[in-house]
Amino acid sequence: MDLGFSPEEDQFRAECRSWLEANVPPTSGPGRLASGDTREGFAAHLEWERALFDARYSVVSWPTEYGGRDASLWEWLIFEEEYYRAGAPQRVTQNGIFLLAPTIFEFGTAEQKDRVLSKMAAGEQTWCQGWSEPNAGSDLAGIQSRATRVDGGWRLSGQKTWTTRGAFCTHLFGLFRSDPDAERHRGLTYFLVDLTTPGVTVRGVERLDGDEGFAEVFLDDVFVPDADVLGEPNQGWGVAMATTGSERGLTLRSPGRFLATAQRLIDLYRSGGAPPALCGRVVAAYVDAEAYRWQTFWTVTKLTEGQPAGAESSLVKLFWSDLDVELHELALDLLGPHAELLDGDDAAWMKGYQFALAGPIYAGTNEIQRNLVAERVLGLPRK
Amino acid sequence: MKFSFTDDQLAFRAALGDLLAKECTPAHVRDAWTNETGRVPGLWATLVDMGVVGLLAPEAAGGLGLTMVDLVLLLEETGRHAVPEPIVETAAFGVPLVGDPSVTVGAAPELVPWADTADVIYTTAGRIDRADATLLPHPSVDGARRLFDVRGAFSPVDTPADLAAAFDRGVVGVAAQQCGLADRMLTMTVDYVKERKQFGVPVGSFQAVKHHLANARVALEFARPLVYRAAYTLDPVHASMAKLKADSAALLTAGAALQCHGAIGYTTEYDLHLFMKRAWALARSWGDRSFHTARVAAVVL
Repeated sequence: MDLGFSPEEDQFRAECRSWLEANVPPTSGPGRLASGDTREGFAAHLEWERALFDARYSVVSWPTEYGGRDASLWEWLIFEEEYYRAGAPQRVTQNGIFLLAPTIFEFGTAEQKDRVLSKMAAGEQTWCQGWSEPNAGSDLAGIQSRATRVDGGWRLSGQKTWTTRGAFCTHLFGLFRSDPDAERHRGLTYFLVDLTTPGVTVRGVERLDGDEGFAEVFLDDVFVPDADVLGEPNQGWGVAMATTGSERGLTLRSPGRFLATAQRLIDLYRSGGAPPALCGRVVAAYVDAEAYRWQTFWTVTKLTEGQPAGAESSLVKLFWSDLDVELHELALDLLGPHAELLDGDDAAWMKGYQFALAGPIYAGTNEIQRNLVAERVLGLPRK
Repeated sequence: MKFSFTDDQLAFRAALGDLLAKECTPAHVRDAWTNETGRVPGLWATLVDMGVVGLLAPEAAGGLGLTMVDLVLLLEETGRHAVPEPIVETAAFGVPLVGDPSVTVGAAPELVPWADTADVIYTTAGRIDRADATLLPHPSVDGARRLFDVRGAFSPVDTPADLAAAFDRGVVGVAAQQCGLADRMLTMTVDYVKERKQFGVPVGSFQAVKHHLANARVALEFARPLVYRAAYTLDPVHASMAKLKADSAALLTAGAALQCHGAIGYTTEYDLHLFMKRAWALARSWGDRSFHTARVAAVVL
């Protein structure tokens, strides 16, 4: 056991910190970026993504040929800690760089990698996730949108919904039923869809916080060439599961984010006169953020030693999503009557609270995750 | 960064686990509830022979010259088997203070478990030899934890810094035991709900039951790394964080285990209570929730 970082890793941390301190947009006041879940804010966030890309900080763990730094998992975690410590903006590119990209690295052709990855890293192509449908939420295998074989490709028809930032993104990745006779998780194909293709209609949907962060995507006989099938036709479920592992586990929610939120919570607690009645909860939330960090280090050590992550990713999703709600709920309790205010810098807590409330729902609801923990980690019977 | 144990460390734990599965069964723990000492006859000598008790003592003094990182997994194992012996008090707290791995140590701020069979006793009043102490017994909800109010002429033998470090080793040791207890209660309950049928199906197939046990598994998953981190750093705040999370995991699991067992778990004929009551007791010893929360708050808030 060795719980220190190497001198090279410390050096990398120092480089990240100094670049971020010099370049991160203001976190309060008029220079603050508007929410990335609005049209105007999304554009502003893409400028930030471009700045990150130009400094080769947008995808540090990727190979250099696609704009990364070949950073190790440890360096990636260090970057994330520094990113959120610096109060840097939300990553509006995250569904592409964290969810789709790992799948492309694993299943994509050389041509797909060359065509997609660098543009994704630069924020020139922005990707939304087309999984949920009106009748396929937690029960994702209930997908009904279909893909029909035609000369040179496929025709897609159907509806995707709750598509995060779908109204602003240029591309969608999603699962479609390509074998009409197959049921459930068989006969699905993973497609990459250019949202400017004729037949695509996108309608923004206002989320709980009032932003147009959701969208419905309607596909009416949309042509997609064979080159935009990811993995083999009818093998889409297996391809997609590689992404759910990422979403639930490490890549979507690095510990740096919660450590930074916990630190801001402590600052709020101090500035509010340290109400003794809330001391225990603030300590508990801080300890949980630390627990998440060290559980991640434990997991990353296992990964670097070649052991698979497996169903444990459900444990992780349960923990961070509940922690995120608690951190924000506690902040609202500290703000007291100011909690409901939508102006001023503290309004970020109510905004964050509403975002946190989505955590136990997306990426597989926490009820589904608890079933998975019980069945796949503990070995309880499905029926 | 390498946050894992070596093959040797894992093998030592496995060896101890195999031994305890034979020499410290629930029947042995149950016997300790009613026998004279509250301990398992012969077990201490075996733990001494294995090197567990003197693990932190230098080799020159007859120990193994190892660290808390080596000891923490072994203490977790003693929790899993609800070992009714002053192993945290001796191996983690006392041996480095007295420098002699052959001495059995009793230690607690106030009421000292198994003080009657210890050689040396520590309380907040200081240190006293068993032979010089007067002991007033108190029953514990955990019948294997024989508690004693220790009276006599204590003396301040050790430096405050040494005592503070010893206390933090004890905190980490008890936190490790809580993880072992949580793991054991969870395993017992998983086994039970897979077998127990109601409405024609195993009760473990019901989501309500699954969710209780999944929550317990999550709590354990995020307690262990803090315990192992604290064993490495021996930082007082890290020790407190470990104890807070490990106590929470053990208490949450105890509650889930009792509920998922139903009435059988509410009997003393069934073994669950042996582990549950240990968890209840340890959660409030070596610093309770208020104490450790205050220690973290003093540095972090």
